[in-house]
Amino acid sequence: MENNEKELAQLIQEISGLNPKKCMKCGKCSGACPAFHEMEYHPHQFVDMVDRGDVNKLLASKSIWMCLSCFACVERCPRDVKPANFIEAARLALIRQQGCNHLKDEAVPALLDDELPQQAIVSAYRKYKK
Amino acid sequence: MVYSYFPGCTLKNKASDLDMYARKSAEVLGITMEEIEEWQCCGGVYPLGANETAPKLASVRALVAAREKGQDLLTLCSACHHVLKRVNNDMAENENIRTKANNYMQLETPYSGETKVVHYLEMLRDVVGFDQLKAKVVNPLKGKKIGAYYGCLLLRPSKVLGMDNPENPTIIEDFIKAIGAVPVIYPYRNECCGGYMTMENKELAKKKSNTVLESAKENGAECVITACPLCMYNLKVNGGVDDLPVYYFTELLAEALGVK
Repeated sequence: MENNEKELAQLIQEISGLNPKKCMKCGKCSGACPAFHEMEYHPHQFVDMVDRGDVNKLLASKSIWMCLSCFACVERCPRDVKPANFIEAARLALIRQQGCNHLKDEAVPALLDDELPQQAIVSAYRKYKK
Repeated sequence: MVYSYFPGCTLKNKASDLDMYARKSAEVLGITMEEIEEWQCCGGVYPLGANETAPKLASVRALVAAREKGQDLLTLCSACHHVLKRVNNDMAENENIRTKANNYMQLETPYSGETKVVHYLEMLRDVVGFDQLKAKVVNPLKGKKIGAYYGCLLLRPSKVLGMDNPENPTIIEDFIKAIGAVPVIYPYRNECCGGYMTMENKELAKKKSNTVLESAKENGAECVITACPLCMYNLKVNGGVDDLPVYYFTELLAEALGVK
């Protein structure tokens, strides 16, 4: 991965279909993020790292798995950058690779309980696995 | 008024109450809910990648089924509503997704977002009318202080969902007034419960849910209502505050209409 960091950043941008240069770095997204304290890199940094092609440490960080897809960052962004979409694009760039699923089938039975709604399971499959 | 209805996977199972009370109440309100035949799971989350078409096809099939019957598509689960509405918007606005989905599906008439997706709460507000609803209440929940929990999926992104003001919504509070109860406004009513994070980081889901519940309690709520099975799970199972039960909004609706 080290050799093609720029290409990987390009791929993330392509998957997102969006332009990180629209960001004016106001930090409103990170201020709105309910998972802020769980993240090493925060939403405004995600966007910046993709823009600068500095994505290896981002992809290696747990931060990308912490997004709740609550769309607070998308709603409150004054420039319509859509930080959540960059986070999802980074996840997709990873899990579309062979053997890189974040959620393994074998791990699922231990996560179930009698009340867990089907919605949680299908959502986790969409978010963490291809 | 007759609607095509998309229940979604969870309403056929863990959240069957959300569905059952909605159907019973609809009968009283003169609304017919015709379940779409052979509907498929919406996937629970809207696919955010620009080049993801296949995960949207199940939603497109439901939208087309409603169009064929000339009906609006009624939803109840916040997640299904979110996914169907956003996919519908893609089919109307995003040429790339529309072309690929239509090429794949080979419909007689290509689909380009003609169906109107309506959440049950929007139906109550815009079609039945909260005044009319109030008139049909036989068992008003007098003086009960209820905190509306919107969560994320009903409101955001507001440009596409278009249900209400995303930062200061009123639709559930107006619903609460219509059934004779008292709405409690609290700061975390449109903040995230943790969502699907319960599968990855249960502690985080617990923390987020309790923040919501504690905020409702501090502001005087005696119970909280939601439209989302995953919010329900997070608030009830991962979170939990003494003497603050969580209900589906349809349960209180059915109670007020005397059909519980």
